[in-house]
Amino acid sequence: MPPRLQIDRVAKRFGPTVALDGVSLEVAAGEVHALIGENGAGKSTLMKVLSGAHRPDAGSLTLDGQPFEPSDPLHARNSGVAMIYQELNLAPDLSVEENILLGREPTSFGWIKRGERRRLAKRALEEIGQPQMPLDAPIRSLTIAQQQLVEIARALVGEPRVLIMDEPTSSLTQVDTENLFGVIERMSQCGVSVIYISHFLEECQRVASRYTVLRDGQSVGTGAMAEASLEQIIQLMVGREIDEIYPRTSRSVGEPVLELNGVAGLAKPSCVNLTLRAGEIVGVFGLVGAGRTETLRAVFGLDRLAKGSVSVFSQEATRSTPAKRLANGVGLLSENRKEEGLLLNRSVADNLTLTRLGPVSRLGLVSDTAQSATAKKWMAKLDVKASSAVQPVGELSGGNQQKIALGRLLHHDARILLLDEPTRGIDVGSKAQIYRLMNELAGQGKAIVFVSSYLPELLGVCDRIGVMCRGELSEVRPVADWSEQEIIRTAVGQAEPREAAA
Amino acid sequence: MNLPRLGSRDFLKAVRPFAGLFVVLLLFALDGELRSVIFQGGNFKTILTQTVIVAIGAMGMTMVIVSGGIDLSAGSVVALCSVVTAKLIEQGHSFAAVLLLTVLAGGLVGLANGGIITAFRMMPFIVTLGMMGIARGISKWLANNQTVNPEQPLESVNSLMDNSQSPLTFFPLPDGVWLALGLAVVMAVVLRSTVFGRYVFAIGSNEDTARLCGIRVNANKVAIYALAGAFFGLAGVMQFSRLTQGDPSVAIGLELQIIAAVVIGGASLSGGAGSIPGSVIGAFMMACLANGSSIKDWPNYMQEIIIGVVIILAVGMDKVEPMLQRYFRRGK
Repeated sequence: MPPRLQIDRVAKRFGPTVALDGVSLEVAAGEVHALIGENGAGKSTLMKVLSGAHRPDAGSLTLDGQPFEPSDPLHARNSGVAMIYQELNLAPDLSVEENILLGREPTSFGWIKRGERRRLAKRALEEIGQPQMPLDAPIRSLTIAQQQLVEIARALVGEPRVLIMDEPTSSLTQVDTENLFGVIERMSQCGVSVIYISHFLEECQRVASRYTVLRDGQSVGTGAMAEASLEQIIQLMVGREIDEIYPRTSRSVGEPVLELNGVAGLAKPSCVNLTLRAGEIVGVFGLVGAGRTETLRAVFGLDRLAKGSVSVFSQEATRSTPAKRLANGVGLLSENRKEEGLLLNRSVADNLTLTRLGPVSRLGLVSDTAQSATAKKWMAKLDVKASSAVQPVGELSGGNQQKIALGRLLHHDARILLLDEPTRGIDVGSKAQIYRLMNELAGQGKAIVFVSSYLPELLGVCDRIGVMCRGELSEVRPVADWSEQEIIRTAVGQAEPREAAA
Repeated sequence: MNLPRLGSRDFLKAVRPFAGLFVVLLLFALDGELRSVIFQGGNFKTILTQTVIVAIGAMGMTMVIVSGGIDLSAGSVVALCSVVTAKLIEQGHSFAAVLLLTVLAGGLVGLANGGIITAFRMMPFIVTLGMMGIARGISKWLANNQTVNPEQPLESVNSLMDNSQSPLTFFPLPDGVWLALGLAVVMAVVLRSTVFGRYVFAIGSNEDTARLCGIRVNANKVAIYALAGAFFGLAGVMQFSRLTQGDPSVAIGLELQIIAAVVIGGASLSGGAGSIPGSVIGAFMMACLANGSSIKDWPNYMQEIIIGVVIILAVGMDKVEPMLQRYFRRGK
C-alpha cells in the first residue's frame, strides 16, 4: 500500500533565495507526523506547497499513490488536504454551525437545508469528541481553544485525508492543549494523517509517532519519535556551521544606559530584566511569538507597559512615548519595515530625516537641498543603491530599504538602538554590511539590543545573549557561556535548571 | 520632498491637474461661441470669484485628506459660519473682528472633529458625517430657520466677493480673490516645506511609521482638523459676502465639491499624497466647466455629468498609468 502522502525532493526558490532545497517526506495513513525546524527552515513554504498556495519548482507530491498537484488552496482542500493556520480563519459573527459548514452548505435550489446542515455540524463535532459545543453560539463568544476546535471540525466536514496543523498550541493553555491532543488521537484512529508543526519539541514527542527535521530548506533527519531523543533532534535542528564572517573589533563596555526591571506588557512580555551598557551588543533570541517584539515596543513607548520600570541613562523613565524616547536618544528599528518601519511612498530623503528635521531646516522650513545632501551622505555611508535621494523607498530592494530604516537611527544619532530582526528578508551582502555597521556603532560607544531568530548571527555579533520563551527573558549571559543547544533548548521551553555559579 | 525631476512619475503627477486645466481651456478655445465669451477679462474675473469658496475650503480639506482623513462637515460649517458672520455684523463688529471670530468659530468645529476622532479612535468619515448634521442644525437654530440680513451692511465684508465693479475688465479683482491667492501661496509652503507639513504627509502615508518616528500623531491630527475648520470658517465669510446674507440652508453638498477639487488636484483618499496648488487648480477647473456650461446654455444636469466624468478621469489616470507601465514592462 502506498503511503498516504509522499513528498519527493521538492524544491522552491524565490528569486535568489532558496526556500526548499530537495525536501522529502512520507506520511502513512493515520500517522501523526511532526515537522520540526527553526524559523526560516522552510516549514511554512513546504506547507504552502502542500496547500496549493505555491507551486514547487521541482520534485513531486503523491497522495495515496496518485500524483497530487494542487493549483490553489481550494483544490487542495477538495483533494483531501486541509490546513489549519496559526491565525484562525473563522467568521466571528456567524454561529458555530454556520462556520463549520461555511462554503459547503447543503443546499437544494439555492436554499440552505438547515436540518441537514445541523446534522452535519453535529456529526463533525461528535467526531472530534466535542458534542457539547453550542451550535448556535457566535464564534466571537467562544474561547480561542474552542474556536480552534470549530476550525478542526470544519476541516473534518471535507473528509480530509491529510490535516496540517501549524503551531496549534501557541495560544492554548495546558488543559486545552491536552484536550487538543485527544482530538488529534481520535482523528488519527479514524485514519486521518496529521502533519503537526510546532516549536515545542516536548509536544511533538507527546503527540507524534514520527518526525522530520527541516534545516535550511532540506530534510536533514526523519525517524520514529520513540527512538529519538530530544538531544538528537536539537542537534539536527542546529547542526550548521557559522559560515558568515562576523567582524568584531575590540569594544570597551561602559556605564549602564538602559535598565529594565520586571518589564511586562498587557499580554506579553511577562517578565523582562535587562541591563544594557554603552558599547555592547546584547542579543535576544527566541521563537516567533515569544514576546521579543512586544518587549521592544513596550520599552520604546509604543505599547502600554503594565508592570516594571525602565531607566534610560540612569534616569527613571518608565512611562514614555516614542517622541520622548527619541528625544532621549533611544531608537527602534521595526521588524516590519513595510508595514511600520518606512513611509513606502515617500522619498529616501524624507524617510532618513523624519525623526530629526531640525538640521535640514532653515527658518522653520525644510530645505530640499539640505535634506538631499544629508540623505546622500547617509546613502553613501550605508552603500544604498537608489537612483536618487527623491526615489520613493518602496521602489528599493529589501536590503536597501532596511539600510534606510537603519540610516534614520544614525541620522537621529540614537545612542541606544533597539533593533528588531534587522536582517530579516534581506540578501547576504546587505546582512554583512549591517553586521559591520553594528560592530562600528558599538565601537563608538553606542548600545544595541539585537533581536533575532537566526542564532548564528547572534552568536557572531553579540557580547551577551538572553533567550525569551513565552514572555520571559532568561538570564543574559556572555556568548561564551552559551552553547547553541542550550539556547535552543531554552527557547523551546526545555531549559535545564542551571547551577547558581553560572 | 524635493522638486520632482522633469519627466519622472512624480513630475507627471504634479503637472497632471495643470495639464487637465489646459485641456479644458483648449476645448473651450476650439468652440467659437465659448472662445468669444469665456476668455474676456470680465468673465474670467467671474470664474475666479466663483472659485474662491471651493478653493479656500479645498485648502483645509487638502490637509485633512493628505493626513489620511476626510471632513464631510465642510458644507455645513460654511453655512454655519455665513450665519455667524451675519450675526456678528448685526451686532456691529468691525471687519477684523467679524473675520477673526468667524474663522475661530469654524476652527472650534474642526477642533471638536479632531478631538472626537483622536480621543475615541473613531473613523473620520463617521464623526464628520455626524458633525455635518450638527453644524447644519446649529446654523438653522442660530438663524431661526431663515436667512439673516443685517440691517446695517458692513461694506468691507460685502465687497470681498463683489465683482460688479467694472464688470467688463479683469482688474480690479475682488479682495476675496486676492485673499484666496495669498492663502494658497502660504498654505502651499506650509504643507510642502514646514515640519508640520512633512508630518501631515508622514501621518497620511503610514500612521504607524509616524508614531514610530516620534510624531505626536493625535496632537497633529487635532491641529489638522482645527485648521481645516478655520478654512471652512473663512469660506463661510466668503459665502456670506457672495449672497450678502447669512443663509443656514446654503452650501448643501459643498463638501463634495471641495473633495472633488482636492481629488482632481492629485490627492489620494488613502492619504499621503496631494498638494495645495493642485487642489486650487482643481477648484478653478470645476468653476471653468460650470461657467462654460452656463455660457453654452447647457442645463444644470449636463454640468453635473461633465464634472462627474472629470473626477473619474482625474483619479482614473492614477490607476491607468501604472497599469500601462506594467503592461509595457512585461511586454519587454
